[in-house]
Amino acid sequence: MTARIGVVTFPGTLDDRDTQRAVRVAGAEAVPLWHRDKDLKQVDAVVLPGGFSYGDYLRAGAISRFSPVMEPVIEQAKAGMPVLGICNGFQVLTESHLLPGAMLRNNHLHFICRDQKLRVENADTSWTTDYETGQEISVPLKNIDGRYVADERVLDMLEAEGRVAFRYLDGNPNGSLRDIAGITNEAGNVVGLMPHPEHAVEPLVGTGRTDGLGFFTSILKKLVNA
Amino acid sequence: MTLDTVKHAAETPDTDQPWAELGLKQDEYARIREILGRRPTGAELAMYSVMWSEHCSYKSSKVHLKQFGEKAPETDALLVGIGENAGVVDVGQGYAVTFKVESHNHPSYIEPYQGAATGVGGIVRDILAMGARPVAVMDPLRFGAADHPDTKRVLPGVVAGIGGYGNCLGLPNIGGEVVFDPCYQGNPLVNALCVGVMKHEDIHLAKASGAGNKVILYGARTGGDGIGGVSVLASETFDSTGPAKRPAVQVGDPFQEKLLIECTLEIFRENLVDGIQDLGGAGLSCATSELASAGSGGMRVELDTVPLRDSSLSPEEILMSESQERMCAIVEPGKVDRFLEICEKWDVIATVIGEVTEGSQLEIFWHGEQIVDVPPRSVAHEGPTYHRPYARPDWQDALQADDAAKLARPANAEELRAQVLRLVASPNQASKAWITDQYDRFVQGNTVLAQPEDSGMVRIDENTGLGVAVATDGNGRYAKLDPYAGAQLALAEAYRNVAASGAKPLAVSDCLNFGSPEDPAVMWQFAEATRGLADACQTLGTPVTGGNVSLYNQTGEVAIHPTPVVAVLGVIDDVTRRTPVAFADEGHLIYLLGDTREELGGSAWSQVVHDHLGGLPPKVDLAREQLLAEILISASRDGMIDAAHDLSDGGLIQALVESCLRGGKGARLVVPDGLDPFVLLFSESAGRAIVAVPRSEELRFTDMCGARGLPATRIGVVDGSDIDVQGQFSVALDELREAHEGTIPGLIA
Repeated sequence: MTARIGVVTFPGTLDDRDTQRAVRVAGAEAVPLWHRDKDLKQVDAVVLPGGFSYGDYLRAGAISRFSPVMEPVIEQAKAGMPVLGICNGFQVLTESHLLPGAMLRNNHLHFICRDQKLRVENADTSWTTDYETGQEISVPLKNIDGRYVADERVLDMLEAEGRVAFRYLDGNPNGSLRDIAGITNEAGNVVGLMPHPEHAVEPLVGTGRTDGLGFFTSILKKLVNA
Repeated sequence: MTLDTVKHAAETPDTDQPWAELGLKQDEYARIREILGRRPTGAELAMYSVMWSEHCSYKSSKVHLKQFGEKAPETDALLVGIGENAGVVDVGQGYAVTFKVESHNHPSYIEPYQGAATGVGGIVRDILAMGARPVAVMDPLRFGAADHPDTKRVLPGVVAGIGGYGNCLGLPNIGGEVVFDPCYQGNPLVNALCVGVMKHEDIHLAKASGAGNKVILYGARTGGDGIGGVSVLASETFDSTGPAKRPAVQVGDPFQEKLLIECTLEIFRENLVDGIQDLGGAGLSCATSELASAGSGGMRVELDTVPLRDSSLSPEEILMSESQERMCAIVEPGKVDRFLEICEKWDVIATVIGEVTEGSQLEIFWHGEQIVDVPPRSVAHEGPTYHRPYARPDWQDALQADDAAKLARPANAEELRAQVLRLVASPNQASKAWITDQYDRFVQGNTVLAQPEDSGMVRIDENTGLGVAVATDGNGRYAKLDPYAGAQLALAEAYRNVAASGAKPLAVSDCLNFGSPEDPAVMWQFAEATRGLADACQTLGTPVTGGNVSLYNQTGEVAIHPTPVVAVLGVIDDVTRRTPVAFADEGHLIYLLGDTREELGGSAWSQVVHDHLGGLPPKVDLAREQLLAEILISASRDGMIDAAHDLSDGGLIQALVESCLRGGKGARLVVPDGLDPFVLLFSESAGRAIVAVPRSEELRFTDMCGARGLPATRIGVVDGSDIDVQGQFSVALDELREAHEGTIPGLIA
C-alpha cells in the first residue's frame, strides 16, 4: 500500500498540478482536494501548494485560511497529520496560526524567480527525514511576498527549538529575518517554506535538479512505515 | 436622453452623429448609412466604429496580408489557419498546438503596468478560446534608449505588469526579447505571445450556429474601462498635446482570468459549447458580430441583461467596453444548466444574454426596444479595405549607401578586447536576467528551456516526452535598412533558434509593428516586409498561422523602425534530446557552422561603437538556413552535440560569451586562416551557429556536415575560466560576467 497525499486547490492556486506530479514521482498517490470540501477523503497528509489563492487579495493566504477545507486541515494538523505549505501554502499556514510569523513584500519590492540554494537546518520533521541536517540543496524560488518576519522573541524561540527548517544561502533573496526560508511547528508535522521543492523533482524540467524530491520521499517513507 | 432605437434612427435621418470623434472617416460613415439604408443608431455607430478601426479591421494592411494565404506552403501540419482567434498546428501524437503573438503597444505607453498586464490577458484568452490549455507565454519588448528617463517609467511598469498578471495565471514565461533603441521612445513595443495545447478533437471555433442555441456571457462584469481602446488608442498617432487617454486603457484582474481559464477548460472537457469567442479589443461588439458572422444564422441579444460594474453605463458604452476577463459561448439549451453549474463552481458570473436566431441579422435590444439591427458580416468581416499609396522613401538609397564597412575598426588587440567588453555590456547585448527573473518560468513543471536559451521549450506529454519550442525575433535596424530582407532575417533567426534547441520548425505567427499607414514611406516598409516574410515562409515551408498588425507606432512625423516580430513554433519528439546553449564541459570542441562574411550593416557593433545605422543588412540565404537547421536537429537527436547557440546580433563573440557564462566555462579560440579576427568576432552573417562537440563525436559530426555541404570550422575548445582569442587577447569570465550582468540593473533598478 502507498500513502495518499491530498493536494488542495483554492481558487487561484497555481502549483497544484505540479505538486500532484511531485507526489506521484515520489511514488505516492496524489488526491486532489477542493477548497469547498470539508472532507479530506481520508488522506494521510496534505500539501497546500503555491499560487495566488484569491488573487492574494487582502493579504496572501488571508482569505483561503477561511475556506471550508481548512477546518479539517487545521484540526487534523493539530492532531499530528503531516501538512506541508509551499509558498502561498506557507502563507496560508501562518494565517491559520499553524506556524508563527508572517510574510511581507520582498524588501526589493519585485517578484523574484531563481534557483535558490538552501541549507536544511532540521532533518527530523515529517517532510525532511530524507535530508541530512546541514545539507545544501537548490530549489526554485518564486514569489513577491516572501519576506519572513516574526518578533525577536518568536525568532529566538524558533532557533532555540530547532524549528528553523531551511535557511537561504548565497544571498537572502527577499529580506527574510535571519535568512529563514522555512519553519516547522513544535511537533515537526507541519512545515512551511517559500521555495518550491515540487519544481525540482525531475532532472529534465525546471532547474534540472531533483533536490526537492526528498520532501515527498520523506513523507512517503514516514507514512508507509507508520 | 431618449434611447436611440432603430425605429427612432429611421425617423430622424438628419440627426448629427459623432462619427469623427469615434474615429470613423466621412466615407466610412456614408457606407454605414448605405449598408443600413438609414442612419445608424448610436449603438450601431459604436459597433461599426470599433470594428472598422484599423486594429480590428486591418483595413490598411489586409491587401498585403493576403499573401500569407496565397503563398502559404503546402503542409499537413496546419489544422486551423488565419482568421480564427489563433492558428492551430498538428504536432503529432494526437496533440495540437495553438500560438499567437499580439501587440499591446499603445496602452503600455500610456499606462505601462495595466497595458502590459492586459496584453498578456488578451492573448491568453485568444489561445483559450481555441480549446487549448495555455502552457507558456513570452514577451518581445522594445523600449526607447536605455538611459532615457521615460524608459525608467515605462520598462519597470511593463515588466511588473507582465509578471504581475502572468505569474498570477500560473503560466511559465519562457522567452522573448528586450531591445532598446531611441526610435521606440514614446512608442514602446509590448508584444505578447501565448502557446496552448489541446487534443485534435478539442479544437473550438468562434461561430454561432443552431437557431435556439443560447449566447452566454461569462467572466468579469462589464465596466467603463477600455472604452474605444482599439479605435482611440491603437488606431491613431499619438499627439503629445492631446488630452490624457488613460480611460481608454483596460484594467486587468489576473485572479479572475485564472478562474476563467480553469472554468473554461472544465466546460470544454464536458463538451458543452458549440462556439466560443473571447472578449478583447472591441468587447461585445466584436464577440457578438464575429460569432454571428462566422455562424449560420442571426443572433438576438438582450443587452440590459449584461452584468455591470457601473449601472450608469449606456448601451453604446457596454458594446464598446473592453473590460477584461470575459468570454462569450454558444451553448445548446440542454447544456445551459450544466454550463452555469461549472461557472458557479469557479465563482464565475455567467449570464444568458441572447440566442442564435433563424434570421440573418444581429439584433440587440435594450429593455425590449431594438437598438441594433445589422448584417453581422458588414460589421465583422466586410469592413473597409484601403489600398494605401506606398513609395520607397527618398532617403533609402542614401541610408543603404552609408556603408558600415567604412567605420573605424579596432586598431590593435587591446582595442579589440575593449570593444568586446563594450559590446557584451551594451544594453541590447547585456543579460536581461533582471527582467526575466521577475517572471515565473517554472510553474506547471514542464519547462525544459527558458530564457536566456535560444528558444523556450515546454514538455507537453510526460510519458512520451513530446515537446514544443518557440522563439521570437525581430531586428528593426535590419528592417530599416531593407524591410524585405529584415523581415526574412527575423524569420530566419527565430527558425534557427528553434532548430538550435533541437526542435523542428513548423509554423509562424507574426506581430507587425510599424508607423502610420498614412505615410507612403511607412506603407512601403510594410508592403516590403510582408512580401519578404510571405516569400520566406513559402521557401522554408512554415506557414503563417495568424498574428497581429500594429500601426500608428509613431509620435508626430517620426515612425519607429519597421519592426516585424516573428515567432516560430517547433516540435521535438523527445525533450530529453534538447540542446542548451551552455558550454558546460571542458574539452568539448567548438565548431562554427556556416559562412562568415564581412557583414556589419545594422550590426550591434556599429551601433555600440559608432552609433551608426547604414549599409545593407546581412545577406539572406534560406536554403542555407534550412540546411543548418537540419544539421542542428540531426546532431541533437543523435547526440553529436552538447550545446548550440545561434549567431545573430553581436555576432560570434556575443554567442560565445553567452554560452561560456551560462556554462561557467571558458574557451580558447583560434582564428581560422583567412579570417580577420575583428570580422570573425563581430560580423553578423546569417545562417550560422556555434556548437560544442564532444571529442568522441567529432568525426561523426564533421562527416555529417561534410556530406551535406555545410561548412563546419573548428574554432576552439571549451577550457579554463577565460575567453582567450589566440594571438589577440584574453578576458576572464568574471570580468565578462560583471560587464554583461551589471548593465540593466545599473540603468533601471
